[in-house]
Amino acid sequence: MELDPLILSRIQFAFTISFHILFPSFTVGLACWIALLEGLWVGTGKWIYRSLSEFWTRIFALSFGLGVVSGIVMSYQFGTNWSRWSDTVGNVLGPLIQYEVVTAFFLEAAFLGILLFGRDRVPRGIHLMAACLVALGTVLSSFWILSANSWMHTPAGFEIRDGRYFVTDWWQVVFNPSFPYRLAHMLTAMFLTTSFVVAGISAWYLLKHKYHEHARLGLKMALAMITVLAPLQIFLGDLHGLNTLEHQPAKIAAMEGHWEGGPRAPLILFAIPDPATESNRWELGIEGLSSLILKHDLNGVVPGLKQFPPNERPDPRLVFWTFRVMVGIGMVMLAVAAIHVVLRLRGALFQTRWFQWMLVGCMPIGFVAILAGWFTTEVGRQPWVVYGHLRTADALTPSLSGEAALASLLTFVVAYTIIYGAGTYYLIRLLGIGPAVNREPPMAEGAGHGMRPMSGAETPAHTITNPE
Amino acid sequence: MEGSLLTLAWVGIVGFAVFMYVLMDGFDLGVGILYPFAPREEDRDTMMNSVAPVWDFNETWLVLGGAGLFAAFPIAYAVLLPAMYIPLLVMLVALIFRGVAFEFRFKARARRYWWNRSFFAGSVLATFAQGVVLGSFVQGIPVQGRDFAGTMLHWLTPFSLFCGAALVVGYALLGATWLIWRTIGRLQDWCFRVARRLMVVVLVGVAAVSLWTPFLLPDIAQRWFSMPNLILLSPVPLVTAVLAVALWRALDNGREVAPFLLSMALFALSYLGLAISLWPNLIPPSVTVWQAASPPETQVFLLVGMAFLIPSILGYTAYSYWVFRGKVTGSFGYH
Ligand code: HDD
Ligand code: HEM
Ligand code: HEM
Repeated sequence: MELDPLILSRIQFAFTISFHILFPSFTVGLACWIALLEGLWVGTGKWIYRSLSEFWTRIFALSFGLGVVSGIVMSYQFGTNWSRWSDTVGNVLGPLIQYEVVTAFFLEAAFLGILLFGRDRVPRGIHLMAACLVALGTVLSSFWILSANSWMHTPAGFEIRDGRYFVTDWWQVVFNPSFPYRLAHMLTAMFLTTSFVVAGISAWYLLKHKYHEHARLGLKMALAMITVLAPLQIFLGDLHGLNTLEHQPAKIAAMEGHWEGGPRAPLILFAIPDPATESNRWELGIEGLSSLILKHDLNGVVPGLKQFPPNERPDPRLVFWTFRVMVGIGMVMLAVAAIHVVLRLRGALFQTRWFQWMLVGCMPIGFVAILAGWFTTEVGRQPWVVYGHLRTADALTPSLSGEAALASLLTFVVAYTIIYGAGTYYLIRLLGIGPAVNREPPMAEGAGHGMRPMSGAETPAHTITNPE
Repeated sequence: MEGSLLTLAWVGIVGFAVFMYVLMDGFDLGVGILYPFAPREEDRDTMMNSVAPVWDFNETWLVLGGAGLFAAFPIAYAVLLPAMYIPLLVMLVALIFRGVAFEFRFKARARRYWWNRSFFAGSVLATFAQGVVLGSFVQGIPVQGRDFAGTMLHWLTPFSLFCGAALVVGYALLGATWLIWRTIGRLQDWCFRVARRLMVVVLVGVAAVSLWTPFLLPDIAQRWFSMPNLILLSPVPLVTAVLAVALWRALDNGREVAPFLLSMALFALSYLGLAISLWPNLIPPSVTVWQAASPPETQVFLLVGMAFLIPSILGYTAYSYWVFRGKVTGSFGYH
């Protein structure tokens, strides 16, 4: 069998980005959470905030390290596997990525050292500032990379000369039509994901009767976030969908599982889309509801896949389901928010064990929803890489051989399996160790500046003597 | 456009980023290369701790170099990366294993030796791969249209492998002199001894590459050995020789900071020599920086931000190095 470098490169890209995005999904929210706790510590002087912040900072250090190494792989893959893409869109997307490096990555990297190891070497105010700058860095990074990604979905502000893209208006490039929706939806997703992890761990400690004070504080703060963000996310998702309907109707048709389209389109709850027959098997739907959601009118006309030539259609089989997984999780999140409000009003939040078990079970759902959402977005864009302009097949590196592509894919799979396995193992161990419960600083001043990013694995491991 | 100032500025920025990367990650990769040879396990803790607060930052220059190339010279990015597919793969995977070792080593108990190996092997392989990339880059990349026109193994030549090995020794020298600066006692004594030996090997390596290159590539021979260039460029080898003598004496006299600065200066001169050999090619031998430049609207858009951001980056880098100044001693408090 001939090895196809295109398929292999696509699998490799999907695999490495999926692995990478799991870490930012968690660290962006966590960085903001740590900055908040540090602010509360500096503001109130209550030891609990500091000790909670130190606990989460250890977890942050580990996740951040994994995010960095997997991210470097991403930026090089653009050139190695998608050189035609790099050459064609480099004039447009290169600067966005470059701005991500100089505004975000350097900021994070420089102040991360101080956040993790500098507590006793800099004044409190500077330490708090470092925490805030790291958080700012992660948000800026999301801003630029999502702008670049959104441009590929809804390209704007450019002209094509000799097959390459030239910018005519930078404002339109950066703030392209789908960017505001994607940024809002993604940032909210990341905060939700982090909140569910914090809530889950706190609930676990409550169930195990450990670290009561920390657990209650963590639980309250995380659930408050969820209660605000879960409904907001559904609202943002709806707006995002309307925007996609305007710019990428074929994607919406695939997500909804509509072949024919037209007025009074049903909201399909279950189906197995079948491209061979251009129809759905075992379809179960609610008459007119899809028209109502997408057009806010029962008789609204929605697109169907058959309106697009077969070579310009995404394959609905995966998109249809990943979309349902994401929306389903959105509903679960809403339910958690609602139950929380009820329990809170009854004053039974810390006594209701089944709810705590539910929160423990919900820990991974944010990650699942994010991956499902991205698969919907990216697979739904196919066969295009720059929507309507550049096909994925034309973006591939011409010199890439199937053997080399297979070798690199296998190498990444093996490497990531090892790293991910070890990382998860150490993370679980850190969670088992839990926060420091004593009320005194754990070390005398001046001793034990951890190293980074391993800051305080378990014990701060060395000291750097001051020159004075 | 030939001679555009804007493009020149971008050559400067990308060149600077790559150079910063070589110096900064050079010393911390070098520490990883020396790692298993250190006399005692405590020394290994110290070595790792000396670079732990800065390695991630140092590696960010690599991302900047790559992204700068992508933005300012997209065709170079689109040709060079596919040409280096395999060495870059090795480099990336090696950097992953080395990077996580910082995190995992202190968490691991029984499996600690695994992460020691991962740190060492990752450092050596990443360095070697970078040397190979450099060597095959100097030798030239075939281009057709706007694409790389060679095979997946084009990079594999005796010269590029030699460059890989030479860079391993070079980074080790940077690492050893960094440790002289940042440590004391037995570890520092050991580094003095190692640095002296490494320095000899590095000089032999630099000389070999300098002679081998013109021999392989007539254009480069022409550039260096024709009049009046021979005289105009003679300061490059002469200053190198002076620096080598100064480094030798600094090591003999037990100076602590000078060896690190002088080794960095040696790298700077080798880098300059390389730039002279290749100028104005961005993809030797056929594509010049002028041909590869992205259009002015792209370069200006970026330059505006860069003018303000690069100085602030340098400023807060200096600050964070300053926060972690001073000698790193032993493995206090480590159980
Ligand atoms: C700035 C660019 C960018 C960003 C932020 C993302 N992607 Fe993407 N994605 C691409 C740029 C891209 C691409 C370069 O455009 C690819 C490579 C090949 C392709 O078809 O598009 C792609 C393909 C691609 C595919 C394969 C689709 C297919 O070939 O059928 C998947 C599953 C994902 N991506 C998943 C993700 C995930 C989980 C992301 C979460 C962060 C993500 N993408 C962010
Ligand atoms: C294909 C697209 C992507 C590329 C090429 C990419 C590239 C990178 C690189 C090179 C790093 C390491 C930076 C360093 O050295 O510090 C990184 C880290 C990071 N990336 Fe990505 N990334 C991509 C997708 C995303 C997306 C979609 C997001 C979020 C919306 C994101 C958010 C982050 C964040 C926050 C970090 C900081 C490290 C961390 O938090 O773990 N990235 N990325
Ligand atoms: C029930 C409510 C939700 C709706 C209606 C909704 C809607 C959408 C739509 C239409 C897209 C695709 C946009 C496009 O491709 O152009 C999308 C993408 C996405 N969704 Fe959701 N979503 C919901 C809930 C969630 C939740 C709960 C999460 C995660 C916690 C999430 C995370 C994402 C992510 C990460 C993407 C991909 C990035 C993007 O295009 O924004 N969504 N969502």
